[in-house]
Amino acid sequence: MSDPLKGYKGRARARLQSFGVRVWSDVVANNDAGSRFEGVILPRSETLDDLHVVIKLKTGYNVGLHVDRVTSMTEVGYKEAVYKIPEKEFPSRPELPRVTLLGTGGTIASRLDYRTGAVIPAFTPGELYGAVPELADLANLTTKKLFGVFSENMAKDNYVALAEAIGKEIESGVDGIVVGHGTDTMGHTAAILSFMVQDTPVPIVMVGSQRSSDRPSSDAALNLIHAVRSAGRGEIAEVQICMFGPTSDQYALLHRGTRCRKMHSSYRSTFRTVGGVPLAMVGEDFRYLVDDFRRRDRSRRVRIDTAYEDRTTILYYYPGMKPDLVDALVEKGYRGIVIAGTGLGHINKPLYPAIGRAIQQGVHVVMTVQTLWGYAQMYVYDTGRDLLDLGIVPLDNMLPETALMKLSWVLGHTDDHGEVLRMMRLPVNGETTEREPHNGYLILQGGLPETEEFVASHWK
Amino acid sequence: MNPHDTPLDYAAVGLISGLEVHQQLLTDKKLFCQCPAGRYTRTHDGTVLRHMRPTLSELGVYDGTALMEFKTKKHIVYLLNRANTCTYEMDDTPPFPVNQAAVDVAIEQCLMLGCDIVDEVHIARKQYLDGSIPTGFQRTAIVGVNGKLPFRGRILSITQVSVEEDSCREVSDKGHLIVWRTDRLGMPLIETVTGPDLRTPEEVAEAILLVGRVCRSTGHVRVGMGASRQDVNVSVRGGRRVEIKGVPKAGWAVGLVHGEGWRQVNLLRLCDELHRRGFRKPEDVRVECADVTALADGGPVPQLCAAQWQHLVQEQRRRLGFELGPGAFKVFAVRLPGLAGTLGWPTQPARTFADELAGRVRVIAGLDEPPILFHSEAWPAGAEALLQKLRAAARCGEQDGLVIVWGPERDVRTAADEIRLRYVDAADGVPNETRQPFADGSTDFERILPGPDRMYPDTDSPPTRVTRDRVERLRAALPEPPWQREARYTEVGVPVPVAHYLIRRGGARLVDRVVDEAGADLRFAAFFFGERCKGLRRAGVPVDHVRDDAWVELFAAFAARPVLRDAWETLVRHMAAQPGVPVRTVVAELDLDREPPGWRSHLGQWVAAAGREAGRRPPPSVARYQTGQVMHRLRGRVPVPAVLEAVAAAAEARS
Repeated sequence: MSDPLKGYKGRARARLQSFGVRVWSDVVANNDAGSRFEGVILPRSETLDDLHVVIKLKTGYNVGLHVDRVTSMTEVGYKEAVYKIPEKEFPSRPELPRVTLLGTGGTIASRLDYRTGAVIPAFTPGELYGAVPELADLANLTTKKLFGVFSENMAKDNYVALAEAIGKEIESGVDGIVVGHGTDTMGHTAAILSFMVQDTPVPIVMVGSQRSSDRPSSDAALNLIHAVRSAGRGEIAEVQICMFGPTSDQYALLHRGTRCRKMHSSYRSTFRTVGGVPLAMVGEDFRYLVDDFRRRDRSRRVRIDTAYEDRTTILYYYPGMKPDLVDALVEKGYRGIVIAGTGLGHINKPLYPAIGRAIQQGVHVVMTVQTLWGYAQMYVYDTGRDLLDLGIVPLDNMLPETALMKLSWVLGHTDDHGEVLRMMRLPVNGETTEREPHNGYLILQGGLPETEEFVASHWK
Repeated sequence: MNPHDTPLDYAAVGLISGLEVHQQLLTDKKLFCQCPAGRYTRTHDGTVLRHMRPTLSELGVYDGTALMEFKTKKHIVYLLNRANTCTYEMDDTPPFPVNQAAVDVAIEQCLMLGCDIVDEVHIARKQYLDGSIPTGFQRTAIVGVNGKLPFRGRILSITQVSVEEDSCREVSDKGHLIVWRTDRLGMPLIETVTGPDLRTPEEVAEAILLVGRVCRSTGHVRVGMGASRQDVNVSVRGGRRVEIKGVPKAGWAVGLVHGEGWRQVNLLRLCDELHRRGFRKPEDVRVECADVTALADGGPVPQLCAAQWQHLVQEQRRRLGFELGPGAFKVFAVRLPGLAGTLGWPTQPARTFADELAGRVRVIAGLDEPPILFHSEAWPAGAEALLQKLRAAARCGEQDGLVIVWGPERDVRTAADEIRLRYVDAADGVPNETRQPFADGSTDFERILPGPDRMYPDTDSPPTRVTRDRVERLRAALPEPPWQREARYTEVGVPVPVAHYLIRRGGARLVDRVVDEAGADLRFAAFFFGERCKGLRRAGVPVDHVRDDAWVELFAAFAARPVLRDAWETLVRHMAAQPGVPVRTVVAELDLDREPPGWRSHLGQWVAAAGREAGRRPPPSVARYQTGQVMHRLRGRVPVPAVLEAVAAAAEARS
């Protein structure tokens, strides 16, 4: 039995106990001003003070009453919130593709308990069908919950488990896989899956939401619809991210897992392909924007390779960085360091000896650019050439986060510097590209007349 | 028809009404972001397209109907202007901490309304699926409860006062596209909910004015168009609560409340009639549709002709999927078995039950082209032959009603089902609805009234603790309640309408300041701000540009030199034109700081000259003209009695 006064402590707890009431009690309370409150006692957040009791009034509003002002409180009923979502069987239609949704955490869909305000996640096919009935027109859906973590808590074990689960699903013959994932580190997971799951015969589509699914304006349902459509019917058999293109409810973009980044903390259209263009637009239909992707092919055999060394890090360079930071990483046993350098891939001179020592001790140091767009081109300036001489490996236009994921994966295979260098520089799936198209870098600058004209004539 | 031509004994029918008064607060910034509040724009520099998706529990049943409802949803477009909108209003950034200045004003308002202030303010989300708020919910929080206002010798109870963000302004609503402007969105307002204590339309209007005066007496709320709007809840015995939304003026409430009382009484009579005919349960009501597109085409009713429809679509530039629903143009004859005589059933003054059907069809099916529908009990004159043909085609008997709807096929099918659903509601009495008001006292369907089930906590915002210290600090600075002020003013002879105007428009604050600080006479000051300045404001003089301190200076100058009062208009015009200039400078610039030297010696010449200008008028008129001319030169400089005496003496001397 859980705590009947969940979240209440100190004075508030003592006061509630003295009234003989508990969380979920339907109460009538009076205060020292003669005001009367009728409603349900809600659990209180642990982080809040110990002076107030929260009541959800019959009107639906919540108010906090200072317990010292409450003169009486009587339980007139009790009804615990039911954290169970009604299910309806997901209809099966033989002509539709088979898609498996793997859950890693977060809520893709949810239902509100209005009485208590609780958000109840919907995950099983039956629950999802209730929340997003359009899915039944797109695929025969199976769901598997792998774990329930916020995306910032994803780490080695989760990556390995997820890659293995994907392998099993593919072996079982599904037509596509959707991975529900928090958006914060979706780019990281998409990158590592691109290395751990190679030669997939079917699409692997990562999806999440920027506005939680309990809101009428949420992007979750539309994202899920687009993702299931892409997994079931799309042609792109790669690890990809499927999220809003514009912030308007129009279409999603499919981004290659190794080239995609979350670029805004809260916008719906937060994911952007960096240094290239997205693979496709998905709405009611598909519009492919490139043709150099791996196509769906049931005869291809997937290779699951979950090697992973997590003693790796990103060193985000800043002016005045001290060399002892690098020494400390080496001392603490880090095996790989991705530097996000300035400009074409630079760091200050005082760091050189420390970098040299690190490499001497067998630490693998690679260079990416914190500008995100563009290549590490270290032979342009003397300083860059000096760094190359130290043994730093430039990674062209690989994104820093992708580089971290790849270095972790590579170091899971080998510690031989030559082999590390070879593997890091050999693209698995577009993490570096030989060419950068001129429309691969387009950040429209607001305020310019031509931009304003564009913005005024398109839904954002 | 004047609604008062339809008498109703309010006590006999058990009319009950309560208010939800919305009042914008005067703050620099919006409630949950740093955008400026009160900066309205008519243009936009960006647009967003969104849809509202009912959350699962609102779908209720997991069947095709829910899916269908979602598929006929509206496209919602928001017009954005960078001057007043940031990514918060777009629902692309979570809320920033609640504007504490707004919470202060809200607490102050609650105290004015006699409320108990809650100890911890919790932000809730109130769902709105009409698109008026891009998040799909309004952030709102109760600040005060259990308030009381003296009203007609009894108490008007204030159930609760909440602080909340204002919604978007509607720009247009055509077919399946609704367009909103986001300038107003997020501005802080308070919603004051009264108990259901009002019993007549007049009481409702009076209560609106009372709550308005209380809110405005602090000077911390916005005034002007749209700054205050009220929802009026009405029911009669046996009926249900209907919310008349956004009543813009108290005066409208009289006709609206009467009309709604009348409507509910008539709907209850209709309910009895339906029961008498055996319509009780939802399944008792059936409708049958016949496609009569070909039959009606080319006939005498232009709305039912395909060519006319195409012309309309082109003329209005309706875009497929947006202003125009999908599917071919269709005309449906909807047969209503056993329902003859109910279409023309009176509801509101000058309205019938067919208008109730039309309201639902307009909103839910998106068929908004007037007259929305035709029916067998008010058929267009000269087209009787067509009606007979349509009746035959629909196999419509004597006992049956017939409704004709037209438009894109999917919408027409939705319309036919809505007609059925409205009859299902009618067999259950008065449906809970939100209705939009019109100046003539009539209302039309806006949406189904949401219940308390649409509230849930805002997980993005922490609660705000309101300490008793904060409450007492705000209480100490409160102005006196308007009813006390009103008593004080009327006691010295200020008429009630002037007192109300001053309290409502914030002038009372100035009146009391100049009385306290410059020793002004209360009655004079009340007339000055409540009549004279009001007149100048109406004439376009920007009197509101004058700083409060300048008014005090002006009244101090009046006290020091009473003759200046005569030049009040000239002074105020100059003060308004140059708000930064000290009053004594204005007085000096206008040569009002002294008597003109030697005016008595010039007076004879002025009177003579005026006499010549006046020409051949009757003597009293000449004398008035002469006095006027001299007063023009001396007003505010020389006391009027002295001028009159001198003019009279000069005239005497000449005659």
